[in-house]
Amino acid sequence: MTMTVIWTGMAVISVLCSLFTGQGAAVASAAVEGASAAVQLSLSIAGMLCLWSGVMEVMEQSGLAAKLSKLLGPVLRLLFPQQAGDQAVMERISANVSANLLGLGNAATPLGLEAARHMARKSHGVASDGLCMLVVCNTASLQLIPTTVASVRAAAGSQTPFDILPAVWLASALSVGTGVLACKLLARLWRS
Amino acid sequence: MELFFTMLVPGTLAGVALYGALHRVDVYSALCKGAGSGLETLVRIVPALIGLMTAVYMLRASDALELLAQTLRPWMERVGLPPELLPLMLVRPVSGSAALGVGSELIQTYGPDSQLGRTAAVMLGSTETTFYTIAVYFGAVGISRTRYAVPAALCADLVGFWAAAWAVRLLF
Repeated sequence: MTMTVIWTGMAVISVLCSLFTGQGAAVASAAVEGASAAVQLSLSIAGMLCLWSGVMEVMEQSGLAAKLSKLLGPVLRLLFPQQAGDQAVMERISANVSANLLGLGNAATPLGLEAARHMARKSHGVASDGLCMLVVCNTASLQLIPTTVASVRAAAGSQTPFDILPAVWLASALSVGTGVLACKLLARLWRS
Repeated sequence: MELFFTMLVPGTLAGVALYGALHRVDVYSALCKGAGSGLETLVRIVPALIGLMTAVYMLRASDALELLAQTLRPWMERVGLPPELLPLMLVRPVSGSAALGVGSELIQTYGPDSQLGRTAAVMLGSTETTFYTIAVYFGAVGISRTRYAVPAALCADLVGFWAAAWAVRLLF
């Protein structure tokens, strides 16, 4: 429903605004160009997107992904102190976080939902601190190699599409750090 | 540093393949299986890309975004956020494919290796579809009182946008 509002809003505003700015002809041709530009973009990112999904599959099957999740244990125990004793929940959380790190969005969501289901059992419709932390960690991007964005840059003609990695890591770390801090802080202030 | 980024992609490909082969994984079929799932991802985002890029093209052509960006420009510049990337920041928390559409358009317009193009890419790479994720998680476990999850997540998004602009200024 949200997207219906956004899409309709964008279309209506463009038409109304073009009447003011006198850009009617430009909007008319843009309405025709946009769709084919989207198909061209999809085709040009297809190769890299598929290749990297393949690499992630190899990492998963070879146990490289599991190794990464083991490394995460100590950090996760700090973030989820109330769940640290619960082996089943911790395993699912670390699987969720490492799938996020590897950019396996399709694998990360079901794993995270399983962890959430375990955590929500005793909560009676109110989000616990651990569940808030899990959700906030999932709304902040933890991806190590943002392959989709890199494919878009490559498609636009970048010579080194991956040179943004350090900047992405820095920005992600600050964003995730803020989310974690906000959770820890609000957990103390929020009464209910 | 430059050699590192040049060799990062082929190096990762070779390294992961070697690790897999040494651990007796059928690397090639795993690669093909994964590539197939990549194609599924693509098929899922194409319809959204078509819809949204059409809307974004129209909106840009109508100068509506310029009007909004001009209004907000003084505030955004004061905190170090490029006003040109406002459309991306507006759709990012709501829809991943919309953000990808808007972001790709910005990257193509300003060039992938320009300051703005890089910042748009870093914003895309370092944030997530906040509202979608919150809806999926709390919906799946039947929780209606989400307490502080939304404000905390939006805080993280805002800092992510600002940090993207800052990191690109710092590193390029």
